[in-house]
Amino acid sequence: MQQDLRVHSIESFGTHDGPGIRMVIFLQGCKFKCLYCHNPDTIPFDGGLFYKMEHLLRRAVSMKSYYGQEGGVTVSGGEPLIQSKQLLPLFKALKKEGIHTNVDTNGRVLNSNTKILLDEYADLVMLDIKHMNDEWHRKLTGVTNANTLKFAEYREQSGKPMWLRYVLVPGWSDQEEYLHELGQHFKDYKTIEKVELLPYHKLGVHKWKELGWEYKLADVPENTEEQIKKARNILSLYFDNVKVN
Amino acid sequence: MTQVNFSMEELSNKIDVRSFVLKNISPYEGDASFLQGPSERTQRLWELCKEAMKEERENNGVRAIDNKIVSRVAAFDAGYINKEDEVIVGLQTDMLLKRAMKPYGGYNVVKKAMSEHGVEIDPLVDNAFSQYVKTHNDGVFDAYTAEIRKFRSLGFLTGLPDNYARGRIIGDYRRLALYGADRLIEAKKADLENITGPMTDATIRLREEVAEQIRALGDIIKLGNKYGLELNRAAENAREAVQWTYMAYLSAVQDQDGAAMSLGSVSSFLDIYIEKDLTEGKITEAEAQEYIDQFVMKLRMVRHLRMEAYEQIFAGDPTWVTESIGGMLADGRTKVTKTSFRVLQTLYNLGPSPEPNITILWSDKLPRGFKEFCSQVSIDTSSIQYENDDLMRQNRNSDDYGIACCVSFQELGKHIQFFGARTNLAKTLLLAINAGHCELSGKKMVDGIPVYEEEYLDYDKVVEYFKIAMKEVARVYNESMNIIHYMHDKYYYEKAQMALIDTNPYINIAYGIAGLSIVADSLSAIKFAKVKPVRNDIGLAVDFKIEGDFPKYGNDDDRVDFIARDVVEHFNQELDKLPVYKDAQPSLSVLTITSNVVYGKKTGATPDGREAGIPFAPGANPMHGRDTHGALASLNSVAKISYKDSQDGVSNTFSIVPKSLGATDEDRVNNLVATLDGYFGRGAHHLNVNVLNREMLMDAMEHPEEYPQLTIRVSGYAVNFTRLSREQQQEVLSRSFHDRM
Repeated sequence: MQQDLRVHSIESFGTHDGPGIRMVIFLQGCKFKCLYCHNPDTIPFDGGLFYKMEHLLRRAVSMKSYYGQEGGVTVSGGEPLIQSKQLLPLFKALKKEGIHTNVDTNGRVLNSNTKILLDEYADLVMLDIKHMNDEWHRKLTGVTNANTLKFAEYREQSGKPMWLRYVLVPGWSDQEEYLHELGQHFKDYKTIEKVELLPYHKLGVHKWKELGWEYKLADVPENTEEQIKKARNILSLYFDNVKVN
Repeated sequence: MTQVNFSMEELSNKIDVRSFVLKNISPYEGDASFLQGPSERTQRLWELCKEAMKEERENNGVRAIDNKIVSRVAAFDAGYINKEDEVIVGLQTDMLLKRAMKPYGGYNVVKKAMSEHGVEIDPLVDNAFSQYVKTHNDGVFDAYTAEIRKFRSLGFLTGLPDNYARGRIIGDYRRLALYGADRLIEAKKADLENITGPMTDATIRLREEVAEQIRALGDIIKLGNKYGLELNRAAENAREAVQWTYMAYLSAVQDQDGAAMSLGSVSSFLDIYIEKDLTEGKITEAEAQEYIDQFVMKLRMVRHLRMEAYEQIFAGDPTWVTESIGGMLADGRTKVTKTSFRVLQTLYNLGPSPEPNITILWSDKLPRGFKEFCSQVSIDTSSIQYENDDLMRQNRNSDDYGIACCVSFQELGKHIQFFGARTNLAKTLLLAINAGHCELSGKKMVDGIPVYEEEYLDYDKVVEYFKIAMKEVARVYNESMNIIHYMHDKYYYEKAQMALIDTNPYINIAYGIAGLSIVADSLSAIKFAKVKPVRNDIGLAVDFKIEGDFPKYGNDDDRVDFIARDVVEHFNQELDKLPVYKDAQPSLSVLTITSNVVYGKKTGATPDGREAGIPFAPGANPMHGRDTHGALASLNSVAKISYKDSQDGVSNTFSIVPKSLGATDEDRVNNLVATLDGYFGRGAHHLNVNVLNREMLMDAMEHPEEYPQLTIRVSGYAVNFTRLSREQQQEVLSRSFHDRM
């Protein structure tokens, strides 16, 4: 069991989690508890199913013909890097198969295993910035953003590609000043290939109810087209490639 | 010959379109940016067509029917949409969307269709076909055995072309443009001279057929005369090449009303003429597009007279004017030309449409610009389908072929096929469980299957009995086919199409099966769960109780996918053992058209848990809602059906919500390209692609008038969604739309 990965679910036709067509492995467990999380069922550490690395590898290889030039495997979550130790052999094997690898992470964990993964095996990192302001970050996620920013710095030093992802929650994370702060903070990073703005949606609200948890953003509306455009324009001042996902 | 400038030297003694294409083609590696919109003339004509189609819809699906003239090549006077705007002329009858009687397939269905639309048949025609003329349908029923009739009426064999024309034969319509009718007549006369004794049945028959072909070529010249076209000679420029090719096709649809009257692969042939005129400055790109737009418009206006019951198996009034585009040449060059793009462009210039049935011959080596354009067209129109060119070119040894009907390979001018409808494999499986009795009527169908007495179904035993059933069903199926094709040749021979095909072509018989996913899941349930039949008082299994779970086809699980694969292989082998009329070579398809609904109705409960009467999945698709592991797992399962066991085609229909293909337009295009590369890279054969929201279809059911051109792919063809019956619309909606990742 020690070697196995605790998996929430697997999507064979992922088209929103990194470039191209990807097999997305959603790992179970996360130490953030973002108020807007649309997959809150991935948060607890006691859910999910254990999968052997070999099983995941076999499934990834069986989809190889669809990856083309761009696609590959994304690990997401939950927070995948909590299982860095178990991910290492999987990523090594994927690399051997010539399959592109991507980690979708909140950047909270940066231990020796994570570092090896970042330096040697993760072809792409999609770093989820929840908020630039630490106070708001704590309100949204329950924890500080300091780790995430350190994580970004580490990846930048590795010189390997990174995307930033940012969920735009009206009234919570779309304040103009903080969007500018995000731009200021990262504008000189050389590894950032793309910034993805993720509009806020409520598709996951029912899952909070199923878990018996209170959904605190119940009154927050989804973004208007105008709000999305505005945010995009601000970030475009700092980054060449800003996309709405 | 007036042909100039083309490399024609050594072709003068031989009819050889392929060599002409090979020598003169201009492969195009660029993107779609050169394309032009519709001309004003084209737009005016298309408005008139749309008006006429509206009248058609409002008038129970038929605008007008001619009640006097029995259709044949050149039987009608010239007809126009609006003569001064037409750069490509020719209609099937003397009026747009007026349908014609073609009673040689079967007079009863013509009578029925006429009376359903309240049109009285001219007494002269009625007298002739009631008293004097024998039809294909009459011939078939003279020869049918009691056993065949039983298999047919109880739904084991369905959609047999025994009361309508078989279709599926593709004339090499390019030949008329390249050679002109005089030269073709000359070649056929030379052939006829060489068909000499001893006068066996086959020789006599062939002599008569060639004589008929020569007569048809004469009629084609007459048809040209009605429109002021000199079809006796070769085409001399781009406009003539398009026009001549269309007239050859028009002759076919005046002579025949086969279920599928496919066009072949004409676009890159026509491109040679267009490219030449463009290079010489004789025409502009706008004019080139105008020829293609108007040609395609004419193809969209092809109609056949059908009775209402026909809709059950082929819904939406299809004609299967299948045009195959793209693919690679054996020498490694692509067959994609600018005219491949121009034909696709018609879906923008004239809006989406089910016809012509545009089929992309996909190869991983196709130019990137073409792949992206195809993908964009699919996303925007859901009107096109894809077939694996690498697989067909390599397995069938030809790079000059078209697709007949939905999925069927046919080498152009060298090869024809006998359409074989399909057999219901799910009912066949039930014979194994019911001691050879039909599960609904209780009638004895097949001997030699013992009564199944144990409480639970045993996999090995069921498979053993199923094999007995398959062998017997294959035998009856083969016998019916031999009778049908013998009679079709005798009473409704495709003289106009065969005049454009080599005199002694290779022939395939195209058998088919329906219900594959149900058979696979049923056998999987029996093998991996416990299945108990619930029997009625005469011992027929009317329901099945399943204890436990079992792997289901459509989830990339070899345990069940290989069952599907092996069933296809076995049934194909059974068919392979049986002798066929004219020594045709057997082939098999996994394809249902829209008949999966009616097949379901005629089939009792099955061991997979499907209730009696529930529609089958179309073609080789997994059963609705059972492919729960995502889109790619579903595709992978279907890709395991081996093409070598089903060379007539393995049809798969893939429906996806636009957003699921990617976040941006560019992502969607790229991801669909990658999906197609991935699927065909696994040796899969065919894919229909729908990129649609379910909500839009639901809205179209309620407000059909707002969606006159809404096109969706079903099984191997496209239909206008609003022309499906409500039941068929609901079945489409019940299918798996791959959305949430």
